[in-house]
Amino acid sequence: MWDWAYTFEILPKLGWAAITTIQATLIGFVIAATLGLALALTRIAVPATAWIISVFVELIRSTPLLIQIFFIYFVGPSFGIVLDAFTAGVLAIGVHYAAYCSEVYRAGFDNIPRGQWEASTALNLSTWTTFRDIIIPQIIPPIVPALGNYLVALFKETPLLSAIAVLELMQTAKIMGSETFRYTEPMTLVGLFFLAMSLVSAALIRATETAIRRRMIR
Amino acid sequence: MTDSPMVRFDKVTKRYGPLTVLDSLDLDIARGEKVAIIGPSGSGKTTVLRMLMTLEAIDGGVIYVDGEPLTHMERNGKLVPADKAHIRRVRAKIGMVFQSFNLFPHMTAMQNCIEAPTTVLGMKRREAEARAAELLDMVGLSAKKDHYPSQLSGGQQQRVAIARALAMRPKIMLFDEVTSALDPELVGEVLQVIRRLGEEHDLTMLMVTHQMGFAKEFADRACFFYQGKICEQGEPKSFFSNPQNERTRQFLRAVLEAG
Repeated sequence: MWDWAYTFEILPKLGWAAITTIQATLIGFVIAATLGLALALTRIAVPATAWIISVFVELIRSTPLLIQIFFIYFVGPSFGIVLDAFTAGVLAIGVHYAAYCSEVYRAGFDNIPRGQWEASTALNLSTWTTFRDIIIPQIIPPIVPALGNYLVALFKETPLLSAIAVLELMQTAKIMGSETFRYTEPMTLVGLFFLAMSLVSAALIRATETAIRRRMIR
Repeated sequence: MTDSPMVRFDKVTKRYGPLTVLDSLDLDIARGEKVAIIGPSGSGKTTVLRMLMTLEAIDGGVIYVDGEPLTHMERNGKLVPADKAHIRRVRAKIGMVFQSFNLFPHMTAMQNCIEAPTTVLGMKRREAEARAAELLDMVGLSAKKDHYPSQLSGGQQQRVAIARALAMRPKIMLFDEVTSALDPELVGEVLQVIRRLGEEHDLTMLMVTHQMGFAKEFADRACFFYQGKICEQGEPKSFFSNPQNERTRQFLRAVLEAG
């Protein structure tokens, strides 16, 4: 049933593919976290943009990520946007999760007492300084758990990139399976990898939370 | 411009929806004058401070600070609503202390006091720290400069808030019910600091307060607000001992009974 020789044979190749998965996760999350913050900030700084951002966020959240990946990769070229599979896929994942992250940031902003903004005004801080020094440092700690959950969720969605043939873990395992007709080992290994990484990330996020809470209480 | 009042409300009106909170308010405050604003809740007294701090937009009239318009600016000889840059420039003359302190919770007392001087005035960090250390010393909190707000009592937090506002070298200080959120035994230390400020600095002060005893002894003038208008004002000793208006009398009686 389980072929150890085959397992060791495919392990290095899967290891390389895992690097692609991790790259996609990290780059995707950086896009999600920064674009999400930009969306939430724009919404506050330029209230006139609020409705269009709401529409954008709703649109993204209400359609499957797979369709968005296909859209950027296959429909993009009709609009002159030609991206390689990895870039297109990571961009789609990043934008998709940016929509979710923007709502997390928004809740964070909503939780800042009005007095913080008023004290900033009374001290004549510029809008930029108020965000940078007063508001953002206060919204980050409470939203770390929520952002962390999205990081793990995003990570677990990277196999969708196999649909546009990005050579990440899932795609690599699929190719191995179709070449040797042995799916058990590659699929199990991929599953184990995701399990291990998810557990590690969850532990890291919890540690970060605890560290932040300790800093906050002081 | 030294002959102009430090603050002038010229027919200032403020509405919230159908409710008129301030109705064509005229009020001049002289340089160095200390004015206590009293009145029942909903009388518009806090709104006066909030408009002056530009936390609330006004619906009519003009507010002048140090001889120039705050809410408006001159363009081609006409007054037009002020833009952000103008408001920021004039607003720099005003500092405010809030009922709920509003310290930045992620910063120490010292950091709270140097944030605005370094980012707004462009002061060097060391210079700002030296100045903040003096101010924290003045409010009696030298020993607490590295403490976070959560580690300070309400009275201590409010004193840091006063030091923080002073660090911007305002000409006008606004105190919005600064002792209302404090436990009774902490009120004294904050009033003591304000009293000292009044004695040692040439500041114009406006305070909304329920501390009638303090207002009587400290202020140069008391203004009683009722339903969006100044109902009665005058020199505190006579104002408190011999109010002319029936509304004032009712209010003072009620406050003294509670007090």
